[in-house]
Amino acid sequence: MKKVIELQNIKRDFVVGDETVHALRGVSFDISEGEFVTIMGASGSGKSTMLNILGCLDTPTSGEYLLDSIPVKTMSKSQRAVLRNRKIGFVFQNYNLLPKSTAIENVELPLMYNSGIGGTERRSRAIEALKAVGLGDRLNHKSNQMSGGQMQRVAIARALVNNPSVILADEATGNLDTRTSFEILVLLQKLHAEGRTIIFVTHNPDIALYSSRNIRLRDGHIIEDTVNTDIQSAEKTLASLPVSEDD
Amino acid sequence: MNWTNLFKIALKAIANNKTRAFLTMLGIIIGVAAVITMIAIGQGAKQSIQKEISSMGSNIIMIHPGGDRRGGVRLSADEMQTLKIEDYEALRNECIYVTALSPNVSAAGQLISGNNNYPASVSGVGTEYLKIRQLEIADGEMFTEHEVKSSAKVCVIGKTIVDNLFPDGRNPIGETIRINQVPLRVVGVLEAKGYNSMGMDQDEIVLAPYTTVMKRLLAVTYLQGIFASAISEDMTDYATDEIEEILRRQHRLKEDEPDDFMIRSQQELSEMMDTTTNILTTLLACIAGISLLVGGIGIMNIMYVSVTERTREIGLRMSVGARGIDILVQFLIEAILISITGGIIGIIFGGTICACVNWLANWPVSIQTWSVVLSFVVCTVTGVFFGWYPAKKAAALDPIDALRYE
Ligand SMILES: Nc1ncnc2c1ncn2[C@@H]1O[C@H](COP(=O)(O)OP(=O)(O)OP(=O)(O)O)[C@@H](O)[C@H]1O
Ligand SMILES: [Mg+2]
Repeated sequence: MKKVIELQNIKRDFVVGDETVHALRGVSFDISEGEFVTIMGASGSGKSTMLNILGCLDTPTSGEYLLDSIPVKTMSKSQRAVLRNRKIGFVFQNYNLLPKSTAIENVELPLMYNSGIGGTERRSRAIEALKAVGLGDRLNHKSNQMSGGQMQRVAIARALVNNPSVILADEATGNLDTRTSFEILVLLQKLHAEGRTIIFVTHNPDIALYSSRNIRLRDGHIIEDTVNTDIQSAEKTLASLPVSEDD
Repeated sequence: MNWTNLFKIALKAIANNKTRAFLTMLGIIIGVAAVITMIAIGQGAKQSIQKEISSMGSNIIMIHPGGDRRGGVRLSADEMQTLKIEDYEALRNECIYVTALSPNVSAAGQLISGNNNYPASVSGVGTEYLKIRQLEIADGEMFTEHEVKSSAKVCVIGKTIVDNLFPDGRNPIGETIRINQVPLRVVGVLEAKGYNSMGMDQDEIVLAPYTTVMKRLLAVTYLQGIFASAISEDMTDYATDEIEEILRRQHRLKEDEPDDFMIRSQQELSEMMDTTTNILTTLLACIAGISLLVGGIGIMNIMYVSVTERTREIGLRMSVGARGIDILVQFLIEAILISITGGIIGIIFGGTICACVNWLANWPVSIQTWSVVLSFVVCTVTGVFFGWYPAKKAAALDPIDALRYE
């Protein structure tokens, strides 16, 4: 399979005052097209830092990052912006929604920066994405009128709306109940089946059962990288979940 | 570049932050309106004074007794009596750059007609006085050369005098008024001129032959002044030189002796007035400049305070794929829309204030195109710059740094 992501000895240091925090201390791995990778590790182990670099949102202190075999550091800022716009869907740990804007406006946002997509298509795709995350009835709610889980799902819809080939999600189900989490997981497995590459940061060890590969970080190092040969179907699990009484 | 979408994004961003947009606009509105109003008031005052001066007769030359001592030295009685009828006659016979000439003496007193009285002063003048001061007769006629020669007891009066002495609306022509026991027959009424810019009533005027005032009212032989009118405004300097020469000869002044009279031309007066009004305009322009500065600082503050919030927004937009140029265009559109709207409101507001000032306080105003253009440009440029600059800085960051900005 073609390699989408290649990390070679990536380091990321943060200078805080006169102290240096080594968030990533030399991380190397490859991810091929169509993999569904879960990334786990204790809080502060460097998961978000790594995902930000993968999403071309941050620049590593040293090391090489190749996206589709092209070194990211040779790309211009605009080229990286276009990449983020067309190829990558990113779900932030803290959502990062546009304040004072409705769910639909938030989801439409990536498409606003894509001149190939007209107004009608933009809207229908945004509605479709919101329906897929179960927010078909919250289209015109403002981001500050929604619950944490709803905001998280708007963020997921925004990441999916541009049909990205790489989906990067940071704790995308951290604020959801078991049932809704599995609904999202079903969605991700469906996208995975369509051939998209998914990288999913999570604290929930159960989720690793539904991915094809699991990477474990500790203190900025990879301590475990296992392939899952027995992928569970999220759909089946969802069906077996007891329907809650208030539904 | 997708202009339609960026325009939509910019409009939406303004709509989502109406207070910020309004406060920015307010700075611009205040700046523009203040500059326009201040300059309009200054220029209005200047123009009305200029108009006034030229309506007084732009070629006018005034000759007074005494040396040219503008420092405030008091003149002795001797010096005050240096102008004589003979001087007037000499000027009349010899001057070539002068078209009209009139002596001037005045006597103050209480005017009485029947039961009515009014304090005023009677100006003793020649027949050409009307031409020099650009006065017109509304009713009746001016006293004649013959009446001047014979020191006739006649007079011509202004509207204020008519209103006060003949409140019943009687035609004053042919009536007799008295001043200091001397009866004067009214032969003419002057066209009303209203108040001048210094608030003086120009219709509070009584004209009588100078001979009458000198002999019958004052019993003096000297003149208080001579008024002349140069053939044209640019001939004023020749006329004053000529007058000076004739008078020096008349007064037998030696080469090294100073003049014992003083010649003032309207031109000089208008230059003096110009200086005064220029000071006024400069002062108002300073106030306007300060308003502009305050407006500008207002704009700066609003923009600065919103930098954190906006930097996050920029980080978010960049993280979903906005390029640096998209961000800059969005912010430029926002800033231009706000600044131009503010500028236009400011112009309308400034114009309204001018109209109100003119209407309520009765001040003359004159809106200057350059002040409108200048204030509009300065405010818009300030607004656009401070809208664009933070965006430029934020767009240069990595998206994640912009998102974390504090
Ligand atoms: N901008 C920053 N400045 C300084 N230190 C940072 C910054 N971002 C992250 N760090 C540090 O880098 C380390 C890794 O942070 P990171 O956010 O990647 O952790 P994480 O694995 O995502 O944790 P969590 O599970 O709690 O989200 C932490 O020690 C953190 O303090
Ligand atoms: Mg994290």
